[in-house]
Amino acid sequence: MADILIYALHYEGAFNKNSLGAITEGARLAAETGGQAHAVVVGEGVSDELAATLGDYGAVKVFKAEGPEGLAQPVIDVMAHVMTENAIQYALFGGGLLGFEIGAGLAARLHAGVTMEVTGVLVEDGKLIAQRPILGDSAISQSRYKDKGIIISRLNAFEAKASGGSAEVVAVSADPSPQAAQASIVSRGEQRGADVDIEGAGTLVAGGRGLGNADGFELLQALAKAFGGSTAVAATRAVVDAGWYPYAGQIGQTGKTVAPKLYLAAGISGAIQHKVGMQASENIVAINKDSNAPIFEFSDLGVVGDLNKIVPKLTEAIAAKRGA
Amino acid sequence: MKICVLVKEVPDAAVTKRIDPSTGRMDRSGERNLNPYDTHAIEAAMQLKEGGELQIEEIVAVTMGPESAVRALHKAVSLGADRSVHLTDPALAGSDVAATGYALASAIKSESPDLVLLGQQSDDGECYTIGAVVAEHLGMPSLTQVVRMDVEGEGVRCERQAEYGYDTVQVAFPAVISVGDAINEPRYPSLKAIMGAKKKPLATVATGDVGIDAAMVGADGSQVQCGEFKAPPQKAAGQIIEDDDTNETVGKIVAWLDERKLI
Repeated sequence: MADILIYALHYEGAFNKNSLGAITEGARLAAETGGQAHAVVVGEGVSDELAATLGDYGAVKVFKAEGPEGLAQPVIDVMAHVMTENAIQYALFGGGLLGFEIGAGLAARLHAGVTMEVTGVLVEDGKLIAQRPILGDSAISQSRYKDKGIIISRLNAFEAKASGGSAEVVAVSADPSPQAAQASIVSRGEQRGADVDIEGAGTLVAGGRGLGNADGFELLQALAKAFGGSTAVAATRAVVDAGWYPYAGQIGQTGKTVAPKLYLAAGISGAIQHKVGMQASENIVAINKDSNAPIFEFSDLGVVGDLNKIVPKLTEAIAAKRGA
Repeated sequence: MKICVLVKEVPDAAVTKRIDPSTGRMDRSGERNLNPYDTHAIEAAMQLKEGGELQIEEIVAVTMGPESAVRALHKAVSLGADRSVHLTDPALAGSDVAATGYALASAIKSESPDLVLLGQQSDDGECYTIGAVVAEHLGMPSLTQVVRMDVEGEGVRCERQAEYGYDTVQVAFPAVISVGDAINEPRYPSLKAIMGAKKKPLATVATGDVGIDAAMVGADGSQVQCGEFKAPPQKAAGQIIEDDDTNETVGKIVAWLDERKLI
């Protein structure tokens, strides 16, 4: 029998869908061991009504603490307290930036084992075993824990399923660690750049660092225009951080998850953090000059070559085809 | 003030092999290299030092790994670190992330840094996590994936992209901060710096020298046991076109798209 504590990330009155997926999965796993799944929420003025809705995904109790949102240390303090007080053996996170930070810090605090990028969890003899793809997803490694285990899933690894139900909300407060007072949020959730809608697009033309500079996106805009219809331009995190494209158009770990009919990637190497946001696309075409780029391992059509030569001609050819 | 920069040697499959001009032989050092994200951490340390707002007396590069990991330290020193610390001990082999973070934190503790910087991820897998483990053992706050860092008050004001957009966080020293690759453009080391790197002080320390509890590290001291590697369900390999003649390539792409009614 093992109990599992799942972190529920809260932002502006709603819970993150990856957290809800983790609660669904946690509830399934806990039931299989004969234990219970509980959720933990750290936030400013989260109502009991909202917290109780986590029961709909399988949480039996929701431990709710007041604290700043968007920082790891206050959550580590609360989760370590809840796990110790209630003898909870495992913690589960639905991925994301905070999940990694909190999970790793919590493992250090509790002297627990930690596994990240987990895509599946099994139960054996009442214990959890985490499965993690390694070496560019060419193999899967299984993690077993000597005692406590912290499991941080890959983004979109678990699907949220509402099954009806309400959780008991338990107010908790933990003594803050001294270092928690050293970090404070100045501003959160700032949207940079124009509002771009990439989630509704049937075709996405996406650009990465291989574009060379911000002007490279003009090539992609022209290609998207040639495709016409519901085509939009998207980007990787690296180029959004570099200021070449708006944050709203970003795919991956800290961006959007998409599954268009066609995903055309130009100058994108295909790092895991990007892959998790687009691998469900129906058709993946990649153009990259590096034949060793990981993206060629999961693309349906890979083109090894210079996008500056290929994209303009492809734009012309598609425009001609559609005009014909 | 003192800054410690955590660096790591990683397999560098992406780097094109080259011939060492001085020997005429294949340069094998390119096969393992300094983790590219760590070069941004060193650059961030250099910019804080050169910026003049903080009095940085020393930048110390720290790594853990076998003998070959010294190369990562030489590279770090050639990029500007003043000296380096190499934590190496057979007892550390097989340490998981939590044990590695504990061991690194122990080595850093004796340096008493005001700031610990590292790259946000390593090319060989341990995504985003080591900084948070090190920070917890040092009793410092941790912030990862920082893409902008400005000196402000008794600390730094950091920006990073999180789940809902960009967050700005004020962090007071001492702290552990991992940086993303958008934070700066690392400089290239000068030839003089490369040649001089081996002359800068390098301390080699073992577990006992920095108070590491041997029961907490290595394969036996790790809380995770990994194994039973198996192949994941494989997606059928896609078609690959090498672009020799661009007109022909484009023709093939259009035909492929057309066949699937994607145009």
